[in-house]
Amino acid sequence: MTDSIIKLTAAEIAAKIAAGELTAVEVTEAHLARIEAVDEKVHAFLHVDREGALAQARAVDEKRAKGEKLGPLAGVPLALKDIFTTEGIPTTVGSKILEGWLPPYDATLTKRLKAADVVILGKTNMDEFAMGSSTENSAYGPTGNPWDLTRIPGGSGGGSSAALASYQAPLAIGTDTGGSIRQPAAVTATVGVKPTYGGVSRYGMVAFSSSLDQGGPCARTVLDAALLHEVIAGHDPLDSTSIDAPVPPVVEAARNGSVAGMRVGVVKQFRGEGYQAGVVQRFDESVELLKELGAEIVELDCPSFDLALAAYYLIAPSECSSNLARFDAMRYGLRVGDDGTRSAEDVTALTREAGFGPEVKRRIMLGTYALSSGYYDAYYGSAQKVRTLITRDFEKAFESVDVIVSPTTPTTAFPIGERADDPMAMYLADLCTIPTNLAGNAAMSLPCGLAPEDGLPVGLQIIAPAMKDDRLYKVGAAVEAAFVERWGHPLLEEAPSL
Amino acid sequence: MPGITREEVAHLARLARLELKDEELEHFAGQLDDIIGAVARVSEVADQDVPPTSHPLPLTNVMRADEVRPSLTPEQALNGAPAQEQQRFKVPQILGED
Amino acid sequence: MTVTELVSYEDALASYDPVMGLEVHVELGTKTKMFCGCSTELGAEPNSQTCPTCLGMPGSLPVVNAVGVESAIKIGLALHCEIAEWCRFARKNYFYPDMPKNFQTSQYDEPIAFNGYLDVQLEDGEVFRVEIERAHMEEDTGKSTHVGGATGRIHGASHSLLDYNRAGIPLIEIVTKPIVGAGERAPEVAKAYVAELRELIRALGVSEARMEMGQMRCDVNLSLRPNGTEKFGTRSETKNVNSLRSVERAARYEIQRHAAVLSSGGTIVQETRHFHEDDGSTTSGRVKEEAEDYRYFPEPDLVPVAPSREWVEELRATLPELPRVRRNRLREDWGVSEHDMQSILNAGAVDLIVATIEAGAEAAAARKWWMGELARSANESGKALDELAITPAQVARVTALVKEGSLNDKLARLCLEGVLAGEGDPDTVVEKRGLKVVSDEGALGAAVDEAIAGNAAIADKIRGGKVAAVGALVGAVMKTTRGQADAARVKELILQKLGVEG
Ligand SMILES: [Mg+2]
Ligand SMILES: [Zn+2]
Repeated sequence: MTDSIIKLTAAEIAAKIAAGELTAVEVTEAHLARIEAVDEKVHAFLHVDREGALAQARAVDEKRAKGEKLGPLAGVPLALKDIFTTEGIPTTVGSKILEGWLPPYDATLTKRLKAADVVILGKTNMDEFAMGSSTENSAYGPTGNPWDLTRIPGGSGGGSSAALASYQAPLAIGTDTGGSIRQPAAVTATVGVKPTYGGVSRYGMVAFSSSLDQGGPCARTVLDAALLHEVIAGHDPLDSTSIDAPVPPVVEAARNGSVAGMRVGVVKQFRGEGYQAGVVQRFDESVELLKELGAEIVELDCPSFDLALAAYYLIAPSECSSNLARFDAMRYGLRVGDDGTRSAEDVTALTREAGFGPEVKRRIMLGTYALSSGYYDAYYGSAQKVRTLITRDFEKAFESVDVIVSPTTPTTAFPIGERADDPMAMYLADLCTIPTNLAGNAAMSLPCGLAPEDGLPVGLQIIAPAMKDDRLYKVGAAVEAAFVERWGHPLLEEAPSL
Repeated sequence: MPGITREEVAHLARLARLELKDEELEHFAGQLDDIIGAVARVSEVADQDVPPTSHPLPLTNVMRADEVRPSLTPEQALNGAPAQEQQRFKVPQILGED
Repeated sequence: MTVTELVSYEDALASYDPVMGLEVHVELGTKTKMFCGCSTELGAEPNSQTCPTCLGMPGSLPVVNAVGVESAIKIGLALHCEIAEWCRFARKNYFYPDMPKNFQTSQYDEPIAFNGYLDVQLEDGEVFRVEIERAHMEEDTGKSTHVGGATGRIHGASHSLLDYNRAGIPLIEIVTKPIVGAGERAPEVAKAYVAELRELIRALGVSEARMEMGQMRCDVNLSLRPNGTEKFGTRSETKNVNSLRSVERAARYEIQRHAAVLSSGGTIVQETRHFHEDDGSTTSGRVKEEAEDYRYFPEPDLVPVAPSREWVEELRATLPELPRVRRNRLREDWGVSEHDMQSILNAGAVDLIVATIEAGAEAAAARKWWMGELARSANESGKALDELAITPAQVARVTALVKEGSLNDKLARLCLEGVLAGEGDPDTVVEKRGLKVVSDEGALGAAVDEAIAGNAAIADKIRGGKVAAVGALVGAVMKTTRGQADAARVKELILQKLGVEG
């Protein structure tokens, strides 16, 4: 029974609950049992809210019993990245500095999930403050990739991708500052979407880099991602950078996948040195598939993309150096060294030294440097100009294409520990995802096969213009359907059982 | 780009309120040097006459009405405080002045 | 702390020319904070007006208060500034426990208002133009209480307690361009500028600007250059000078101190200084060994502010008459001297007098009571005039009673005293205290007869033509009627009874 429930998609679960074939409590219990059984190995969750989840599930069942209308995801369990505040439930952002903090408020996204009767199972592991591409930077230990537990599940949202890939939850939430939804999706053969910047409220999402951060849906199918997208997106007056416009029709697009007659761009900057052969091979096959499905392929040149990584590693650290200044041991979180003789200044410095991991410190230092007077123009100022150039390259590209495709990440999942103290190598994982964050438009990653050389998942990235998130789903659904037909089953079914 | 020195790293650490250990200073000096060396590429565009993008969306004038919304209770506000006294956040002695 | 032997003010000015810069922070009177919906009401319990945003909690975000922006534009317009067509907020990064995010959301190189001026009138009527560099929006910090040291001072305290109710209250920072050419009048200009700015802020209705409550705070930057030279000297920054008198004293003190240091061959260090109310001195604060590096950058959590020209013009149309212009108009209407008008202004009586006149009083009477009896009462109780428990309408009523002859000046004073003491409105006080002028001819006649009989010698003198002696008899009558008689009528009656023409 449990096994059959946990393999269901979110859409299927919701339909069965609505039809009375399953209760929300049964579904929740099945997933809690799965977590119990496998998460010791995977370590996707930092906190499992068993009681809260069951209470929410019971409420859904009661609602149904009373004949009240249920939302499209009512009773579906979800794994929430530990970066969104949850009232009274620990929120650590993967950091020691927030260990034990119980937020007094819910993030807007948390509120929307609750209002939609989604069952929040718990909070998932992540790179500390979302800084990383492997989830090795979590202060609470790494997460394993369900395809190979000695390998990284991607990052920063590795807990969410691993939870999906190990059937601990059919839905998850991620956040994407430089690829933290898409790259984990790619290396675990799941689906992840970074909505247009401003599409999903950032209120209550602990900030890493405010002008880049964007929350989004993670799932095992394109349709499930669309259903979740619709629940979490929409204008929020508490977030000044939230878009005050209707949410693009993502569910409708996901139900009507097609690329016939579409112009699909392939950017020449998204290949070459550093790209694994098997990744390139699967990507090229995907392009062929798109052609077969009726798309027209257009070669694109986006020269400024070559500067994207450099611009990103100035802008994100700069903003984070300021965003993380609030962790000072005065109002909440960790306090170290307060022996009654030390000053507040010293206690702050000692606490930050003890509470932040090396990657966070590295980025704070880098950002502090980049913003310093004398360096600002050369670094931060130039990085913002690069941002303009990248946006222009996208604008120009979207004059001739409807979407752009690329590999999501240059390589498949690498072994835990391999790049741990080589920041530059680690940063390359986000080579293809970063331009989208800098420009603010939308992108998706979905599985496109296994690399022949290591048998690990490869992700296909689809990029759409800002506010055209629905195109991701339209193309994604078509590609997904064609692949599943070719493979005879979803790719994830090829993962070893845990 | 000239190499970033240990002293510079120590200065940055002070600005960022990080009590770095000696070996960290050493280690970070090397790594920051590498990273800065790589990201300094952006200055290729420094001379270009291009406006900077600080915000990815072309939004302006997002404001709210001057209407009171419920605050937290003092208990909620202070709930996560490492120390409190007289319904206030208790902090170690503050050096200097603003 | 090194004690500096001051140079006399005159000697300082004989050799040096002062250059000032004034930075004034005004707390706006909005209902809510600048970036969150928490109330700004004063006097609330500690930390009861806080939320995730103004506590800088993880995940929280700011949203701009529209009235905060509107107030900034109004202030900018009243200061003849240009209003930015497009500007951003910026983060000013520095660590301090009273600042929850460890950055202040402020404006940096794109202030909402810039390039303006304010004409201020000195006591002798001379008008001095102070040029305005900029006015920008920012937020206030929380309040710390230092525990365990001497008298709440930060030094020697064992720990501090923080209340964040004030954190996030909107501030407008108004910065002047260097004020040059004021010479010996520099301290006076500083005071007049802050006074005029306060009047302006109040007239705009954007803040009560009560300096004693910290709603308006001033930093005085001052440097000296040798007379006849162009280049500015090194400045000192005297922080939080929080009364008009203190602004003048601080500028004066710094002129004398700088002159002392410079004339003895020393150099001024760029530092912040603290002003001491008790003796008017300043002492060294923090020396800025390395220039403060605030690492400003555009606030990514807020979008740019781009006030439409229509909005700006709409606001311009609502601007009230400038206080200085209004004061000159009133001064002419009331027929008082520059000096008297200045006193009225200093006493905070302008609006009270205007309101009293609007309530029906004659200008002279309104002025007389507010600047006389009521000012004295306010002084004694250490209150501001407008904090007295009396309204302009009540004062107007008292003047009406005097005018109709129901009260004389002495009785009117008693009546005001009663109102201030909470005994009710003027008519009630007159009633309760029995303050009516005795105009009953019978009763007065008896008192007059008594006075004549008791002072036969004086009565004879008057009969003999020494009319001036009548004062003594009037005094006697007033004494027996306990001051409640109409003195003029008493005099008339006495002269009549003695058969003398007045
Ligand atoms: Mg300021
Ligand atoms: Zn607040």
